[in-house]
Amino acid sequence: MTREEIFTKVVEIVRPFVKNQEALDSVDENTNILQDLKVNSARLVDIILDFEDAFNIEVEDEDADAVNTVGDAVGLIAAKVPS
Amino acid sequence: MSESTRVVVTGMGVVTPNANGTEAFAQALREGVSGIRHIPLLAELEFACQVAGVPQGVDEIAERYFAPDELRAMNSGHRFGCIAAVDAWTDAGYERPDPDDDSALDWEVGAILGTGIGGLDTTGERLVPMVDAGRVRRLGSTIVEQVMGSGVSARVAGLLALGNQVTSNSSACSTGTEAIIEGYHRIRSGRAKRMLCGGTEGASQYIWGGFDSMRVLSRKHNDEPEKASRPMSASAGGFVPGSGAGVLHLESLESAQGRGARIHAEILGGAINCGGHRSGGSMTAPNQLGVRRCIRQAIEDAGIEPGEIDAISGHLTATGADPREVGSWAQALERSPESLPPITSTKSMIGHGLGAAGAIESVACILMLEGGFVHPSLNCEDVHPEIEAYAGSIPHTVRVMPKLKTIIKAGFGFGDVNTCAVFRRWDD
Repeated sequence: MTREEIFTKVVEIVRPFVKNQEALDSVDENTNILQDLKVNSARLVDIILDFEDAFNIEVEDEDADAVNTVGDAVGLIAAKVPS
Repeated sequence: MSESTRVVVTGMGVVTPNANGTEAFAQALREGVSGIRHIPLLAELEFACQVAGVPQGVDEIAERYFAPDELRAMNSGHRFGCIAAVDAWTDAGYERPDPDDDSALDWEVGAILGTGIGGLDTTGERLVPMVDAGRVRRLGSTIVEQVMGSGVSARVAGLLALGNQVTSNSSACSTGTEAIIEGYHRIRSGRAKRMLCGGTEGASQYIWGGFDSMRVLSRKHNDEPEKASRPMSASAGGFVPGSGAGVLHLESLESAQGRGARIHAEILGGAINCGGHRSGGSMTAPNQLGVRRCIRQAIEDAGIEPGEIDAISGHLTATGADPREVGSWAQALERSPESLPPITSTKSMIGHGLGAAGAIESVACILMLEGGFVHPSLNCEDVHPEIEAYAGSIPHTVRVMPKLKTIIKAGFGFGDVNTCAVFRRWDD
């Protein structure tokens, strides 16, 4: 799976949690999930669970805590799925 | 402000098994439309009662009203309650605030939105199976806010930027009426200007199962659902489980008049008590001394005479308690059987909405005051023999009453708890 494919899938997973839908139009790897997209911080747990299901991976709590930007999520997933 | 502050209803919202929204609900009440349906899941699960009152088309409304991340944390009771609360809010003339607008917070506006049972659908469908399977990690962030007792009021606080008291009361089937009287007291004592008050109850086999096993649910009309809810009838055989929500937007008269709000009705008074499981009362049966005292206190609180009551919206669930309740109304209002005002049961159309019942039925009372009618009480053409003398007071079709001015509503609940409210038509 390419990094671009992972990025596209990550954005789709995050989309229903996003309060600032306009920010999604210009989303890139530097976009901060909480601050830019206005996702409720409690819902990060659900987003990580959705990543696990969508990519068939397991994410450790420490790794999950390190996810701030869309790029952080893409990098974390890219390291776990076959390319 | 003083304890004499007058409290009026300036907004209403309802989600019920026979209609969503006050306009449709008023029409359904007039026409005596039953919202009771056969529920295939209950038959599959071998419930003795296989009919229920479940609001229709709610998910479509919810998807229009709420964002996806909100919906994912809203079980059936939350959806019903939040739709009714938003409708009451807009009916009162307010727009929904932008979630990012910090200045929308109003410290003078709160909510008391109760539930009798709570988020048992979430508990039964997700929490218990996943915990038992060792999958706690997979529960996610949305469980607590759906199973916590205050879940629905908490959600509404965020939707509408409420800054006053926000809580959920629970007093079984008295919950909805109790919430309204609690909010009325809060405004009357000057602690809030406006309060969203009412109750909600989800639709779930997990909520209804315990009642089915107690043999207090209707079980003889599974093949004719609209005949299953039979309050005051000789052939009443238990209540039909219901669900939905009702919310009133209460406001001090000063605030309502100050902003030129449309006033639906005034809350003249109310009372709340408990029979203490004595004198025939128990966990499941009301002490009639408590019932009568509650009715009398509400009338005293309203500052009126018992003779001023024009109509009665009873608790009247279709269990064996109905005849005793009718007798208590007559005694408390000092009426003979011939002079008892019209007495009706909204549950005959929509079943027993448990924690939502009193709130939905209070909305019905106000719609009747505004429309000058008393809605029919269905399925009691065969009036129970113990209350045969009162038969003339029970409307089987809509009773048009242009002079209807004052209506009294009571709700009684497991735990021997009672609430009574007196509503009066608003004449400009």
